[in-house]
Amino acid sequence: MYMKFGILVLDGPYNHEAGDSAYNFIAAAMNKGHEISGVFFYNDGVLNATKLMDPPTDDRNIVKRWSELGAKGVDIVVCIAAGKRRGIVDSNLAPNIRISGLGQLVDMTLNADRMITFGA
Amino acid sequence: MAETPKKIMFVMQKPPHGSIYPYEGLEFILISGAYEQDISLVFLGDGVYNIKKDQDTSELGIKGFVKTYRTLEGYDIEKLYVDKKSMEDRGMTVDDLIVPVEVKTSKEINAMMNEQHAVFPC
Amino acid sequence: MLHTINKSPFSSKSLDLVFEFAAAKEPVLLYEDGVYAAQSGTKFEPEIARLLKTNPVYALQADLKARAINNPVNGIKVINYDGFVDLVAEHKVQNWL
Repeated sequence: MYMKFGILVLDGPYNHEAGDSAYNFIAAAMNKGHEISGVFFYNDGVLNATKLMDPPTDDRNIVKRWSELGAKGVDIVVCIAAGKRRGIVDSNLAPNIRISGLGQLVDMTLNADRMITFGA
Repeated sequence: MAETPKKIMFVMQKPPHGSIYPYEGLEFILISGAYEQDISLVFLGDGVYNIKKDQDTSELGIKGFVKTYRTLEGYDIEKLYVDKKSMEDRGMTVDDLIVPVEVKTSKEINAMMNEQHAVFPC
Repeated sequence: MLHTINKSPFSSKSLDLVFEFAAAKEPVLLYEDGVYAAQSGTKFEPEIARLLKTNPVYALQADLKARAINNPVNGIKVINYDGFVDLVAEHKVQNWL
């Protein structure tokens, strides 16, 4: 049975494996035909969304990966309050990621069949 | 839209000031309260320290948030549970807590978790 | 309900919490640093063996491989991300972060 998964990411890129696990989980889920009802970045997870990220080229580019996922139609949302605390605002947001309120996370939860949290 | 409310549970498992998880978790809980869903909070493990009385972060220069737990009722969030063993392990009783809670066993908490639409760690 | 553990048993109480709060037959997934609990020969092997008597225990292959854990405790089911997705599709999730 195909399901709708909502994904909550609570820790920062490169700092913790959370974002990698979330990405790999999403890729496998989509490959199996499931739907991702959204990805929400909260706590230090908001740092996943900055377009200023510029990692060494011999490693994965985490923000590029999220932007590409967004381009495939997955709704990727950064929490505005948690983002402002950490300097993530509209002007440094990567493509195909939007910034919005925690209400979006509630909506995502209500729309999803399952929520799964990746964090530290 | 008069849809049936969904059960959403927040599991406070981290202590309050060493990281921002419980604080931002509480902000999410408060927003959820506005959506007329069936919200509950469980304090277990070090999470029970969130609702310990007499906490004062003034010398840390951190904005305290523990008093916010007292406002939950105003957001229609009235189901607060604390794990019996987690509290006892820490030498605490309900008299040490700043909000009224129902004490539950781990078995009862597991049964409640299984009824939820979603469970969030905080 | 699926219970997930992502921290090493040497630094975290997640495994104790799972013993405390997981009901019999509920699956337990070890991933990220949680897979260190899967390695045989550590002081946690008896606990994992005890858990396996009541609950299915899974460990994520990519995390095992990354940490050179080639000898998981007997009875642990090694799964890939597809298996992880299947577990979440079948069960609601409690993440012991």
